[in-house]
Formats: sequence, structure tokens, C-alpha cells
Amino acid sequence: MSEDIKKLIIDYVKKEYLDEDSDQVVTEETKLISSGIVDSFSMVSLKMFLEKKFQIKIPDEKATPEAFDSVNSIITLLKEFTPL
Amino acid sequence: MAYAEKAQRHYSSELTNIRGAGLFKEERFIKTPQKANIRVEYPAGAPNQDVLNFCANNYLGLSSHPDVVAAAHKGLDTHGYGMSSVRFICGTQDIHRELEKKLSEFLETEDTVLFPSCMEANAGLFEVTLDKDDAMIADRLVHASIVDGMRLCKAQLYNYKHLNMEHLEEKLQETQSCRFRMIITDGVFSMDGDIAPLEKICDLAEKYDALVMVDDSHSTGFLGKRGKGTHEHCGVLGRIDAITTTLGKALGGAAGGCVSGRKEIVELCRQRARPYLFSNTVPPVVIAASIRVIDLISSSTDRRNKLEENTKYFREKMTQAGLDIRPGVHPIVPVMLYNAKLAQDVAKDLYQEGIYAVGFFFPVVPQGQARIRIQISADHEREHLDKAIAAFAKVGAKYNILGKKKDEVIAMYGM
Amino acid sequence: MAVHERVREYYEKELIELRYADLFKEERVIHSPQGADITVEYPQNSNLSEVINFCANNYLGLSFHPEVLAAAKAALDERGFGMSSVRFICGTQDRHKELERKISEFLGLEDAILYSSCFDANGGVFEALLNEEDALISDELNHASIIDGIRLCKAERHRYKHGDMRDLEHHLKETQNKRFRMIVTDGVFSMDGDVAKLEDICNLAEEYDAILLVDDSHATGFVGKTGRGTHEHHDVMGRVDIITTTFGKALGGAAGGCVVGEKVFIDVLRQRSRPYLFSNTLSPVVVGATIKAIDLLRESTALRDKLDQNARYFRQRIRDVGFEIKDGFHPIVPIMLHDAGLVQAMARDLYAEGIYVVGFFYPVVPRGTARIRVQISAAHERHHIDKAVDAFVKVGKKLGVLK
Repeated sequence: MSEDIKKLIIDYVKKEYLDEDSDQVVTEETKLISSGIVDSFSMVSLKMFLEKKFQIKIPDEKATPEAFDSVNSIITLLKEFTPL
Repeated sequence: MAYAEKAQRHYSSELTNIRGAGLFKEERFIKTPQKANIRVEYPAGAPNQDVLNFCANNYLGLSSHPDVVAAAHKGLDTHGYGMSSVRFICGTQDIHRELEKKLSEFLETEDTVLFPSCMEANAGLFEVTLDKDDAMIADRLVHASIVDGMRLCKAQLYNYKHLNMEHLEEKLQETQSCRFRMIITDGVFSMDGDIAPLEKICDLAEKYDALVMVDDSHSTGFLGKRGKGTHEHCGVLGRIDAITTTLGKALGGAAGGCVSGRKEIVELCRQRARPYLFSNTVPPVVIAASIRVIDLISSSTDRRNKLEENTKYFREKMTQAGLDIRPGVHPIVPVMLYNAKLAQDVAKDLYQEGIYAVGFFFPVVPQGQARIRIQISADHEREHLDKAIAAFAKVGAKYNILGKKKDEVIAMYGM
Repeated sequence: MAVHERVREYYEKELIELRYADLFKEERVIHSPQGADITVEYPQNSNLSEVINFCANNYLGLSFHPEVLAAAKAALDERGFGMSSVRFICGTQDRHKELERKISEFLGLEDAILYSSCFDANGGVFEALLNEEDALISDELNHASIIDGIRLCKAERHRYKHGDMRDLEHHLKETQNKRFRMIVTDGVFSMDGDVAKLEDICNLAEEYDAILLVDDSHATGFVGKTGRGTHEHHDVMGRVDIITTTFGKALGGAAGGCVVGEKVFIDVLRQRSRPYLFSNTLSPVVVGATIKAIDLLRESTALRDKLDQNARYFRQRIRDVGFEIKDGFHPIVPIMLHDAGLVQAMARDLYAEGIYVVGFFYPVVPRGTARIRVQISAAHERHHIDKAVDAFVKVGKKLGVLK
């Protein structure tokens, strides 16, 4: 189950934030925010995607750059709000 | 002092980190008016140096133009230095109205409202026009002031990959259940000098029933045959619902910004935009000079033509000399160096050659995309451009990057 | 174009609602420089009237002061009209550093950073210094620009009841688990002209180890014996950590704002504050004129003394003739009328008598507290004030406010 979710998020990140011809590798540990793949502006759309997909609401205080910095840390955060 | 010592330690260590990462911004002190030639003290305490400025937004060379200065003098005499008031209390003079009218005529819009800066115009616009049932669909690379303005608005926020019209169309499709959608873009993006495809954006807006907002701060005055901006350049005059732009770049460079567009949007800003209601009116001295600026650029295209020629010449010659320039037509010319330290070193060496330019690197631009951003001005003469090109050639040779492509530079210097 | 019709309809409706609610703002067009006597066209296309201005923030009369104008002109000639640049690229002249030095000396703090307005200063200060580990505790009546600045910051937000030291203490107690706490207050509140209880606030800040930020826009230049601001007035200079203030009111009235404080705070702002990094540098004209304004105030307290006397004189007289005003000494004098309709009628009739004032009512101020807010200036002479009082009496009697 967790593997499917990881792939879901990785696919979304690639589709939304990378150009088609980009050779950037994205794994579950890739630093999304601190590497600049997802900037703070785009973090908003990522948060919205997750909220819609999992039918949850992530409070603003929890939506920190640290929590969103990798697929793994995102999954840790999601687990607070929904059984995965 | 009542705050904890730990606060002081915390902030000191933040500063140390910034320095350590090579991101510390040091100011250079300029001793002369803003022109092609300036006198600079850098570092602090060093002897003054005369250099050529290639990093100001002084596109039309009007920031110290004698006509503009004369108009400012006259404005001081007839209308004073400041108004000490927000617009609607006692901060509107006849000249404020006159400038708004002239801007509407120049931009070919229905109405215009002044703000103390384009930053404040962007901060106020979205909150008064859009609400939680609406959607803002913005290009990913829009200016920081637009990002802040959108953060203050309750509408849902979407963004599309930079200049990617397919992605924009997807977002328009995704948001069809919203009440109003507003597509938000810079006319010209300041890191690369690339121009938004406004014709396609307006077509999409029409197809999907959306509004279009454009921040034209890096275009007003010189893009388009008569300098009206990106909308003229792209052939979509009259199809943009809200333009925000600044008087603080090409149009004099002192202060001031505006929202210009559909009259209901403009009037709503007058009635409700927080920066308009709670911030000081634009000072008379700036208004008087700005009126003169609009008159100058409306009556003749000489300056924007010269800027265009300068830009073409510079871009051609730099490419010939072997520098890696992002292709384009805009006076923002990014000279790509890819590696952050290389960009900083080249900028330092250029400064020694008498060319004042600034390097940009992560996080301002993506990792591995460091560059020196040159900005051409109508104030530059041929010999200034030639001097810059020669300096770039000399420094480029020193670092062995002439004629090299991105991969080769990165191979030599890393990301 | 379908959306444009929908949008036009929607926005037109909003505007009509504003008109019905009597909230629609109509601008009066001024044909002269700002001063005690001004020339106004109102309504549009009517004949010009000469009126006395009692609603500008031109507290020291510097908006059209000959020495300030001369300094502005000199700056135009010596340093140009605009810089077309943000500070750190090519937007810092030697004069900018001089102004930063002078304003920090004037306010008794270590360093200063300039912004194009205090609106921008407030917009940029919180986000650059604090994050979700911290807490902001702010007076509920603070200026809109502070509210917007706080909205852009991720720190936990708390509001304390206006001037209520017990409520402030309560919030300080509640947030003791946060990393840093910052108390934020206007020095002078612009609707009532009341002054923040800085001595009490400083005591609490020290007791609970909090940072204190004061927005002194309606105080810098004239509150306190030598016009340094509310911290001088309350004798707490050296105990306020950060001051934000404007050059767009008493100090010339054109533009400009700043954050002043300890060097380490200012250095962080220079590296991080978004309005500083992304907005145009202050025009050389404004820098030159503001340096002159500060020099004038350091050389002599004549202007702030005259303002002080004018304010006391007006307050005395307007009370003597029977109007209700809030206690205080500040040049902001709210004439309390309570009823919105009455306030509008009075402002209209006063204008016809040559006295230009503005009324405030809900939602700008709470229901039932509608008032005419008079602002006294050092540019006013005795006869201006006497004329105003006479007009207030005449109109007051006519409208039944006075017997």
C-alpha cells in the first residue's frame, strides 16, 4: 500500500514540477523543497493535491518545508491524518 | 533589552549560515545619479571607482534625465514635496488624476489607479477582486510581490509550469467549477527576460471564460512598437483585464505603481484595496515627473528604439564572442555560467574591468542555472556596450568558457 | 465575452452596495501643495474652494517646508530622480546609508533599514524574523499594515484587547512554550490618538522575555520632549527592541519607511526581508529631503513645541465650547458624535464653512463611536484654529449637537 502511495506522489511531483525533458531523478528520499524542485509557492499545490486525494485537511502549522521535503516525510505527515 | 539572549544568538547564527553558504548580499555605495556611468565605493572604505552600470532597471535612461529632473523641480514648486495623507482623505491632487488618465491612454485601458509601488498594487489587487469561490492560476515563476498578493487572497491557488500553455489549459479545465478564474503572469520574467505568450493566454482565457492579469513592470515603456508593453508586443491590446506595472523601473525609477484595466476592477481597488486605503499617496514630486515621462514616451519612440538597437547589438556581439546567452529580444540578457561560484568570480573580475553587473544563483534561480544578468539601457552608447563585450571576452577567456556549452562548463566547474 | 459580462455585473453590484451603505469614497481633488490652507475642487468640476486642512498627517508642516523643498531640489541635482533598482543590486547610494545612520541615532537604536513605505516595512519585518516556532502578540487595534504583515508570517498569532495589560500578560503566559514571543503595538493609535502604555508593556516584555516592536508612525518627530517618539514620551528609550515608522507623515510626507533596531535584527532583514529584496529602493529625492527633516528636528524642538501648543489650544477650546473629545495630548483629536449620519452632515457643513475634516464611522470604528477626526499641525496658526472652533460651534448649533 505504502509503495503505491509513494509512486503516486513521485508521479505527481514529476508531472507537476518537472519539464518533460528533465533528467532529474526523484526517489522517496529526494529533497524536494531544499533542492528547489518544489518551491514554497508550489508547495501550496502539492498540499492541495494531497488534501484532495486523501480527503483530509492539513493544518497550516504542519505544512512546513521540513514535512514536505521528501516523499517519505510527506507519508509520515499523511499518516497523522489518515490510515495508509 | 527585554528579549532573550538566545534571540540574539539565533539571529547571529542565521547570518553566519547565510555567509557560509555564499549568499550574503553586500551593498555597494553609489556616489552619483543613476546613469550608464556611475561612481561606486566597494567594498566599504575602498577608493571610489568609475564603472559602467549594466544591472539597473533604468531601461529608457530616464532615471536622471534632465527633462525628468526639471519636471520634478517644477512639481516641487507647484505641488509640494509630500501630501502626508492616504489618497481618499486629502491625498489626491489634480496631477494624480492627470497621471492616471495619461496612463490609461498610454496603456489603452479603461481606467488606472495609482499605488505607492507595484509591490503594493500586487498586494492589493487579488484580495479585492477574488474570493474563496474563485481560482488564481499563476505561472510558477511570477514575481515575489504577486506571490505575496496571492497569499493575502482567499481564492484557491493553482500554478502552471513556466510558460507551459498545455499545463495552463489543464488547470483551466480542473477549475471549471469555480466562479471566476484569473490567469496571472508576468509580462516579462525578470530572471530570463522571457516574454509571456499573451496571445495564447488570452485565447485560452476566452475559451475557458477566465480573466487575465499581467504584471508588466519589465515591459511598460519599451516593449511593443510604441512601448506600451507586452500586450502591444503580443498584439492583444484591450484584451487584458488588469495590468499592474511600476513607475520605478523604465518610467523614471523613483517610486509608484498602478493597476490599469477594466474600470470596475480599478474602481474596486480605489474603494477596497488595503494598500490604497492605508498607505500614503504617491508624492507630488514623483507624479509631476511621471507625467513628463509619459509625455516623452508618448510623443516619440526614439528611446525605446535606441534600447532595441542596443539590445540587438549587444546580444549579437556577445554571442559572437562566445558567451552563452539565453536567446530573446528583451534588454534583460542572462549570460549563463551555471556554477554559482563561477558567476560570483566572473562578476568580481568584470567589476575590476569597470563593468558593474551582478551574478544570480540558487535560490534566486534554480540550482545549476547561475548567470550574470545584464540589463541594457537606452542610456548606453556603443562604446559602453563595446567595453562590456570586451570585458566579457577577456574574463570569459580567463575562465575558459568562451564557446562552451552548458555541459562543458558544468564539467569544468560542477553544478 | 461571457466572463467579462459576469465580472462586470458582479463588480458593479459590489460598487452599488458600497454607495448604498454610504461607504463609497469620493476623492476631493486638491489643486495646491499640502499645507494649512489648501485649494480644493469638490464635487468634481465645481469651483475651487479655499479651505483649511485638518485631516492630513502633516504634523510638523514639513510637506511644503522651504528647507525640505530645498534639500529635495539639491538631491535631485546631486543624486538624480530615481535609482530603478532594488537596494542590493545597484540601489544603495551613500545618502541611503547616511539616512539609516541618522534615523537610528535619532531614535536611539543601533541600526536602520529603509523601505519604500512603513506599509512595506511592516509587511517585511515579521516574516523575515519569525516562523512557526514563535508567537506574535498584537494589540487588536494595530494598523492594517501590521495585520497584513502578520498574515504573511507563520508564527502563532495572538491578539490582546486594546491597551489591556492583563490580557497581554495572559497571552504571554499562554505562549511560554514558544521559542520567541514578539509583542507588537502601535505607539499611537490613529483613530483615537491614544498612546500605548509603553512602560507597562516594557515591564511585561522584560518579565516574560519577549521582544517588543512598536509602530511609531503617528509619533516619530513630535511625541516626546525632543520628538523621538512614544518611547521618549514614556521614558523607555533603550527598552523598545524594534521600531517601525514612516517618513510619509511628520517627516516630510512623501514616502519612505524604516525598521530600526539592534544591528543583528537589521542585518537579518537586509538578507531576508521580501519587500527590501524585491521592491525599488527609496528615491534619492526622498532620501535627501528626509535627511534634512531629521536634521531640522535635531537642531531645534521649535516645530514639535508649536505642534504641542496648537494641539493643547485646540483641545482646550473645542472642549470649552461643549464638544466631547477623548482625553489626551496628541494632535489627533477625535470629536465624538456617535451617530454616522450626524458625522457626515457635520463634515459636509464644516466644509462649506471652509474647514476640511473627515468623519469616520462603522466599520472603520465600532458602531456608536462615529467621530470627526481632527489632525492638528505645526503649520496651523492661531487664527486657523480659532476659525475651526467657530465653524464647529456654528455647525454644532445648527445640527443640534450644541445647545
